[in-house]
Amino acid sequence: MELIEICRILLLVLLLGCVIGVNLARSLLQSVLVFMAYSSVMCVLWILMESPDLAITEAAVGAGVSGMLFLLTLKKLREIDRKGGEKS
Amino acid sequence: MKDLLNRWLDGEFDAFERMPELQEGYDISLDRKHELERSAAERIESLPQTRQIAEKERKAFHLWYVIAAFACCLTLALVFLYMTAHITAYGRENPRAEAIADRYIERGTEETGAVNAVAGMILDYRAFDTLGESHVLFTALVVVMLMLKLDETNTRKDREDYYRVRFEKYYPTDKDPILRLAGTLQGSFILLFGIYILLNGHLGPGGGFSGGAVLGTGLIILASSLGDADIDHFLTEKRFRVFTASALIFYILAKGYVFFSGANGLDNHIPKGTPGAILSAGLILPLDIAVGVIVACTMFGFYSLFRRGGIGGDETDD
Repeated sequence: MELIEICRILLLVLLLGCVIGVNLARSLLQSVLVFMAYSSVMCVLWILMESPDLAITEAAVGAGVSGMLFLLTLKKLREIDRKGGEKS
Repeated sequence: MKDLLNRWLDGEFDAFERMPELQEGYDISLDRKHELERSAAERIESLPQTRQIAEKERKAFHLWYVIAAFACCLTLALVFLYMTAHITAYGRENPRAEAIADRYIERGTEETGAVNAVAGMILDYRAFDTLGESHVLFTALVVVMLMLKLDETNTRKDREDYYRVRFEKYYPTDKDPILRLAGTLQGSFILLFGIYILLNGHLGPGGGFSGGAVLGTGLIILASSLGDADIDHFLTEKRFRVFTASALIFYILAKGYVFFSGANGLDNHIPKGTPGAILSAGLILPLDIAVGVIVACTMFGFYSLFRRGGIGGDETDD
């Protein structure tokens, strides 16, 4: 098997792990972080599937802006307290 | 004290029984009343039984939540897989579908002037779809603004968030030199990269949407590391509105002209240029810039509205 195939399978397994991890995470903050990791893995996968246009968008929107919006929403919901730590 | 909670849950016991009733002519201030209510509620909450029940409920809810999330995801995944398995067969029923794809690949560069076939497709052949997407973003921004914008009309002046968030700026990040330097370095290079993607859309991977998203991310990084004052100085709410609206109007006018002339079989007199040069591909580059401005403004507007309920500084500052 070629190296690129192994990389692809590893990334797909990581993607599945992230998808399951989003649901299983203990707090919403962890869910958001795992979701951002999911987007980063997906970005690499888009490049392997030869669509760099989508990869750039996925990196900027999925891992950047939407994660940021989720974090800001959590802050509004008082899940994260003011010092940046996690509420018990 | 032990059965207090169960009695309260059964409705026998009134947690607020010690609270003085408000009688006519009996003057007790509302703050005092609220304080008494709060202290009674805190007394109930601090009981160990309450904590046990709350913990049980939390665990049960968490379990149910995980199961429901898995069920929803599985259902959606199955539906999407089923649809994808059938959508190619459905497309093949149309005899012209393959011919259209072949024509995009073979004659795309010649007809649109764009080396990047994807840009030629989304901003020339399928430009009407992109116009709709820009309007979806614009509408989303308008709705977020309607829901989250704070001003004097929807906040109480003495105690609510408006003055605290907009004036005191309760995360003074601009005092931290490390954050400031790292934010400046990262943000400037990300902005530069965003501009490169935006202007390079017809020549390589990139284009309006991705470039605009990168630009928006760079603006967010700059705003969150340098503090809001610097960005407010540059991107006031008035300029924000002007940028977004003029980009949309430019897109509509430019593409409307091409649609109108093309539908009537006229030449639109827009030079295609040499494929591969930076000034080529007819309208694709200006349209890319218009879409990029809309997307960048939308992303930064989302961030700003979610964070402090407004874009730019206060309007009276301008």
